[in-house]
Amino acid sequence: MRREVPLIITAIFGSFMVIEYFVPHPSVTGFGEMLQQWAIIVVAFAYVLGVANIVRINGEKISKRSKDWPYAFPLLAGLGFMLTVGVVFGVGNGTLFSDFYLYAYAPMSGTMFSLLAFFIASAAFRAFRIRTLEAGLLAVAAVIVMLGRVPVGTEIWDKLPVISDWIMNAPQMAAKRAILIGAALGAISTGLKVILGIERNYLGGD
Amino acid sequence: MEGFDRRYVFLVILLVVLIPLIIPLGLPIRVSKEVLGAYDAIDRVPEGSTVYFACDYDPATLPEVHPMSYATLNHLFSRDIKVIGACLWPGGPPLLEEVLTRVGEEKFGKKYGVDFVNLGYKEGREVVMVSLGKSIPGTFPADFYGTPVSELPIMDGVRNFSDVAMIVNISAGYPGTKEWVQQVQSRFHVTIAAGCTAVSAPEYYPYYQSGQLVGLLGGLAGAAEYEKLVGVAGTATRGMDAQSLGHLAIIVFIIVGNVLYFRSVKAGGKRR
Repeated sequence: MRREVPLIITAIFGSFMVIEYFVPHPSVTGFGEMLQQWAIIVVAFAYVLGVANIVRINGEKISKRSKDWPYAFPLLAGLGFMLTVGVVFGVGNGTLFSDFYLYAYAPMSGTMFSLLAFFIASAAFRAFRIRTLEAGLLAVAAVIVMLGRVPVGTEIWDKLPVISDWIMNAPQMAAKRAILIGAALGAISTGLKVILGIERNYLGGD
Repeated sequence: MEGFDRRYVFLVILLVVLIPLIIPLGLPIRVSKEVLGAYDAIDRVPEGSTVYFACDYDPATLPEVHPMSYATLNHLFSRDIKVIGACLWPGGPPLLEEVLTRVGEEKFGKKYGVDFVNLGYKEGREVVMVSLGKSIPGTFPADFYGTPVSELPIMDGVRNFSDVAMIVNISAGYPGTKEWVQQVQSRFHVTIAAGCTAVSAPEYYPYYQSGQLVGLLGGLAGAAEYEKLVGVAGTATRGMDAQSLGHLAIIVFIIVGNVLYFRSVKAGGKRR
């Protein structure tokens, strides 16, 4: 019963949501809306679990002096601090929460993301080695698109953006569309397998 | 090649990005048809209409996509269009609040609750998108500050996406542009213009070609092009010189990498 009940619930509600897409009758859409509200509420609880998990895992890390345990301190302190100032002083513009968010968290987060530029430049040495014809085509296309997308490309040769646009709108788009269609068919078949109880990995366990 | 110190690469990238930010080159910006499509779509929205502004990103991608929010909101507020903003990313609401206040309130003198509103964040991703299509007040009963939306004049007569002129989505991943097209455009047939990170833009080109997206701003370049159209030279325009030289540097690295590689092959090394 531990497995059968979730499978039956999934089959009933999954089928209903498919039907709801095609049947615009108020009795059907009304119930569909209620199910969506339930889903939003259930998903929100994941955040409570998430916070509890972070506290538990990092608390254990500190108590057991596991690898990199000193990093758990600022993490927990940051979590506690932002939570406290948000609840006590509010989260609107000009509040302490907003100031720490915009002038501490945002620049640090942006800095982490911007490090990618350095790694991409470093990886360019190896990733675009022309070992085969295909690798050569990839490298040439990458160079044209990289130049065509920025103002300096037009300064070098005014046809570069035109060629870049063609690469993006013809070969790139054809490949991307094929991937999208394949992924969509895969998603449909996986959805059907879940509704029919064939795909059960989401239940976890053995 | 194997013993090459990567720190030289990092140093070159630092310099080519930093120098143009200090000494701008003022390279001319060309507007692509994808960006022009977004601009024209917003330009066609009648004055006084309401637009849903989906701010789906967080501080990690702020330098790349936040200028898009500035540019598109400049355009929207300059045309007296009302803006209902909301986020499906937990880190988004303070950024949305900041850009709405800076552009709407401080620059154009718009009033919160009357001309624009920040509905905050709601977890649920695609479920929230579909739910918004059925009832915006039902999905967001209160705004970012906890005020019931029924008390906000901007929400008068706004039930769902049939009451908004279009959706402007600025996103940095999942949930984002792809989900807005799949869940909302295909189901509720709303006009959507999108802005996204440069790395994810190619994925959305098919949606632009099919007309499911009326316009697409890709990365900092897309934001700079939009800034040019609205006549506001913001951080994206300033960043284009740095990006231009950064791309040039990477191309030089590709060429140097290949020259070294072929030299090593010629000298009897393995092709790997």
